[in-house]
Amino acid sequence: MSAPVTVLRRREVVARLLEDRGGLLVVTGLGQPAWDCTAAGDHGLTFPLWGSMGGAVPLGLGLALAQPERRVLVITGDGEMLMGLGALATVGVQRPANLAVVVLDNERYGETGMQRSHTASGVDLAAVAAAAGFPTAATVADETALLAALPAIRSAPGPSLHVIKVLIEDLPLVMPPKDGEVLSARFRDALLGVDAGS
Amino acid sequence: MADWSEGAFAALRRHDVRQVAYVPDAGLTGLIERCAAEPAMTAVVLTTEEEGVALLTGAWLGGQRGVLLMQSSGVGNCVNLFGLPRLCGTPLLTLVTMRGETGEFNPWQVPMGRNSQAVLELCGVEVSRVEAADRAEAVIDAAAGRAFGARRPVAVLISQATIGVKTFEAARDGAGGTAS
Repeated sequence: MSAPVTVLRRREVVARLLEDRGGLLVVTGLGQPAWDCTAAGDHGLTFPLWGSMGGAVPLGLGLALAQPERRVLVITGDGEMLMGLGALATVGVQRPANLAVVVLDNERYGETGMQRSHTASGVDLAAVAAAAGFPTAATVADETALLAALPAIRSAPGPSLHVIKVLIEDLPLVMPPKDGEVLSARFRDALLGVDAGS
Repeated sequence: MADWSEGAFAALRRHDVRQVAYVPDAGLTGLIERCAAEPAMTAVVLTTEEEGVALLTGAWLGGQRGVLLMQSSGVGNCVNLFGLPRLCGTPLLTLVTMRGETGEFNPWQVPMGRNSQAVLELCGVEVSRVEAADRAEAVIDAAAGRAFGARRPVAVLISQATIGVKTFEAARDGAGGTAS
């Protein structure tokens, strides 16, 4: 059982993705990506999923279509992305320029015991995205490539998908709020103002 | 008989529905075409219905209202994702065209069609039904008010009698739209 060939550590990667985030809207897939984003600083404009596996990209798409002037960044894992591959085709039809997807790929199902995912056997999620019509799709596994990818993830016209290969790590859980009504209300308050409460 | 989709479109416009997520169905064709031609609406074709539940949650978080259009076989695809609007107190409005009811020609449509309402209710989705085309606008208007006003997941089942029952002959002649 071989680990992904990478030197990148997921918490450092996410901290850099979210550095000086300004008005960036963030959606996370369940599990480790949610803990990574929380470790980088819990934020009202982050909507972490605690379940709904496969839903991160379509949720980000709905948000991107509703807020075309805002950058929307979906940060998810390889297992979560694999459960919703069809959503890449749906994004490929809509092609919102303000949507970026990052897959933190440790080639494992992290929350259930680090079982190998399909990407450990070579399934190439960036190639799937490219075939689905993403104008930008790439795999990143070292510092140089990460530096080059950051502008594409944060600001260049998309939609983009970057698979960032990360080390298999056993990290402390850093959890966001668990109450879905709190998470959705705080997100809408931060984005739309408290008057949008209903 | 009037086309139910005219009344449905009017109700969706009245409630400022902006994102229209759908998996195609013969019975939905008229409504989908109406929505796709409306500049104020974005039509989003899905690969599977559960994408729509997540998409419309994202739309709501971004300040827009949406609707999910699907055939009754799609209800089963959504089961896990139906938890999302329930947990987040966000609205979900879905219009479901029925298969598997009286007159169904394809036995493979029957199990999910017959179970659609029970599955929706088990998942905490409120259900109302349109039994005749001239009732569509009023029923969907009320359902949309409940979904967006009370922020609840709400489904409207459009009966096979309202849409028109597809037959083997119509399917063979291509008159019934999709072959499934």
